[in-house]
Amino acid sequence: MAADSVSLENPSRRSVLQVIGLGVAGFAVGCSSSVRSASAAPGPGGLVSFGPFVKIGSDNTVTVLLKHIEFGQGVSTGLTTIVAEEIDADWAQMRFEEAPAEVPTYGNGAFGGAVQGTGGSTAIANSWMQLRQAGAAARAMLVSAAAARWKVDPASCTVSRGVVSSGSKKATFGDLALDAGKLTPPSVKSLKLKNPANFRLIGKEKSANTVTGRADTPAKINGTAQYALDYHPEGLLVALVARSPRWGGKVASVDDGAARAVKGVHDVFQISNGVAVVATDYWAAKTARDALKITWDDSAAEKRSSDAMFADYRKLLEKPGFEARKEGKGAAALTSGSGKVFTVDFSFPYLAHAPMEPMSCTVDFVPGERCVFHSGSQMPTVDQAVLAATLGLQPSQVKIVTMLAGGSFGRKATPDGDLATEAAQIAKHLNGAAPVKLMWSREDDVRSGKYRPMTMHRMTAQVNEGKIESWTDRTVIQSIMDGTPFGTPGKPDISAIEGGHDIPYTIPNISVDVTFVKSPVTVLWWRSVGHTHTAFAKEHFFDLAAKEAGLDPLKARQSLLAKSPRLLGVLNLAAEKAGWGAPLPAGRGRGIAVHKAFDTYVAEVAEVTVKPNGTFSIDRVVCAVDCGIVVNPDIVRAQMEGGIGYGLSAALGEQITLKDGVPVQTNFYDYAPLRLAQMPKIEVYIVPSSEAPTGVGEPGLPPAAPAVANALLAATGKTVHTLPMGMKI
Amino acid sequence: MKLTINGKETEYAGAKDRPLLWYIREDLKLTGTKYGCGVAACGACTVLVDGVPTRSCSTPASAMEGRKITTIEGLDSKAGKAVQQAWTELDVVQCGWCQSGQILTAAALLTKTPKPTEQQITDGMTGNLCRCATYHRIRGAVARASEIMG
Repeated sequence: MAADSVSLENPSRRSVLQVIGLGVAGFAVGCSSSVRSASAAPGPGGLVSFGPFVKIGSDNTVTVLLKHIEFGQGVSTGLTTIVAEEIDADWAQMRFEEAPAEVPTYGNGAFGGAVQGTGGSTAIANSWMQLRQAGAAARAMLVSAAAARWKVDPASCTVSRGVVSSGSKKATFGDLALDAGKLTPPSVKSLKLKNPANFRLIGKEKSANTVTGRADTPAKINGTAQYALDYHPEGLLVALVARSPRWGGKVASVDDGAARAVKGVHDVFQISNGVAVVATDYWAAKTARDALKITWDDSAAEKRSSDAMFADYRKLLEKPGFEARKEGKGAAALTSGSGKVFTVDFSFPYLAHAPMEPMSCTVDFVPGERCVFHSGSQMPTVDQAVLAATLGLQPSQVKIVTMLAGGSFGRKATPDGDLATEAAQIAKHLNGAAPVKLMWSREDDVRSGKYRPMTMHRMTAQVNEGKIESWTDRTVIQSIMDGTPFGTPGKPDISAIEGGHDIPYTIPNISVDVTFVKSPVTVLWWRSVGHTHTAFAKEHFFDLAAKEAGLDPLKARQSLLAKSPRLLGVLNLAAEKAGWGAPLPAGRGRGIAVHKAFDTYVAEVAEVTVKPNGTFSIDRVVCAVDCGIVVNPDIVRAQMEGGIGYGLSAALGEQITLKDGVPVQTNFYDYAPLRLAQMPKIEVYIVPSSEAPTGVGEPGLPPAAPAVANALLAATGKTVHTLPMGMKI
Repeated sequence: MKLTINGKETEYAGAKDRPLLWYIREDLKLTGTKYGCGVAACGACTVLVDGVPTRSCSTPASAMEGRKITTIEGLDSKAGKAVQQAWTELDVVQCGWCQSGQILTAAALLTKTPKPTEQQITDGMTGNLCRCATYHRIRGAVARASEIMG
């Protein structure tokens, strides 16, 4: 983590995740950073283990075990690179595989080590020292084995690209693996890590002599990559679940006669979340599910429409909530100070994650003995605990096989293991008759999702004599944490307004408060979580305030960020590269936004063209990022590009609206993600840094939408009050 | 009824309305063809039918008799190879779920239009969704594949 990091969001999420590990699974807290005793005997394929993260084969391959899931963010390359650097391997000999579910060995250090999980843009940050040490320890063991074999001083040995040498003597890692694996691993204290100045792979652009490209590219372009939905053992049955159209609805009665008559149907039965249909294949299961006649009991269900819910939010915006931040006189300054006071409300809808690979997992259950679970989950140890509890097994009897995930964006990181819970109940009912794959259709994904919370912000500022004197930010939102077993009763969920309460601008009077609402609609972290809305409210409103004060948006930010050098650094770099200040033709506009999320600093400049009828296009986004030491610059750029695209997708077209409690949207024709034709040209610039690495999966997203809104403001003078904004202003 | 998939004849005896996608994935175990939406809205399930990009999720297998079907596993055309090389050079993929469909669509585009304009690339590729938003690189990689083809 960066030394100047004082954000509240991560500790809050961490403590929650510790609770998950402790409360559900009873796992011990503590993250092993030492290298475990290596097993001397070679495992399958002649692979010798060098601690929990590194295996070396007699075929000279070096395999890195990933404690984080690969879902596109690039950990199969990044984590593998860290080990390859310290062990001094050749990139061509590196392999990766997903680690089993096991804590604390594979626990996430950023979550306190109690849960194995991927989220919060922590994979590289929390693995950085751990994998450098793992690589350095394996290297030291290889050198010791070579020195003993050659009867030379270990200090005379050098290692380069997978070959240990001393004078004229040479041996490959594969030659040395068996001997080296028998040695006692060195203590962490005795390890000599590389001087970053000597890095050969970390931070380098791809080339024949460095990292030659993403480790997961080959299998993903020829159809051989295996994802959760691709797992298909012999005798597999496929399950679909009919869930309540309204959140909080329950099954009142079921007529399954027509469903059972569909060819290929194996069974139809109720589970806690609805009615499960199990069949020989997807089409039979879908046909049968469509034939179910279910009466739902909606007595406890959400029955409001989105408009009514927003009206309820607006009433709450009139009253103060929990004050998470106060500077100077806080909100009182608005009435006591002088100058112009103005207020703007912003509305944000529910959002579905809609990863390209719909949700699925497969349970192979042998009652009383074991269960093998294939999935693409962000929290394998949570699933393990859920499966064990439901199936009457010990966690150690539940083997988790983590497959590739076709995206997730938070959806596959549920604190309650929702997918595993449904699958376990189905497997329990089938009682070992066959392995069963639970699938969610796209309609299930869009209509029964766990959404980014619907949110409103009321922003008020007072400007006086060219200065922003006061700033208040009031949020009404549903908490992700509260209402689950993992919330902290009586304590407000400040992570809901991460990025808002820690507004970095030096303004004399600040008040940030939050009021929580409840609804049966299920909510979940969605790529960049609270920053999805706080960054928009903060950065778009900043431009409105700057305009009231007669200030240039860039200069106003520069003057108020003197105490935040890394924010200032990305702000200035993005502005410079975008040509800030250069005149634009009529109808075009340029906007800037800067935001810190998950300890990474990003600024973006957007350029838009607005036609006389108000339709617009986003022509270009220039991005500057400071994420500390960069492991793989091309993947940092890719994550910025993807984060910008995901942010623009929500800004322009995505929303879940409810009509009488039922989602209006059903699939990609009405839940409308960004298309290629809407994607701007993107340039990414990386600030050189020697700080510890921080994450890049999420931080590219938050500035994108406000940068576009600010560009539209510059071009038209109009404020964007509501997301999605559509393609017309 | 006989279907020809990647040059091999297979016998289809399933339900008349069962989409080709599920026959390819579940029966033939060719899992490179992906399910994304089931309603021809995203393009993850794209296969080539007589060289034309086709949404296998909304095409009944029983309607494919006598047609030549190519999945990502069977892609070996000049354009297809050039696209895969360009995808590797630019490291287009992120999660990868949509990429079989993107690659087959790009290969068909370049077979028909070896020197596409920027607008033709946009028009040819915008039907294929990518939630990771690899669009920026897809545009570049289609142009690069065109160069590779010569």
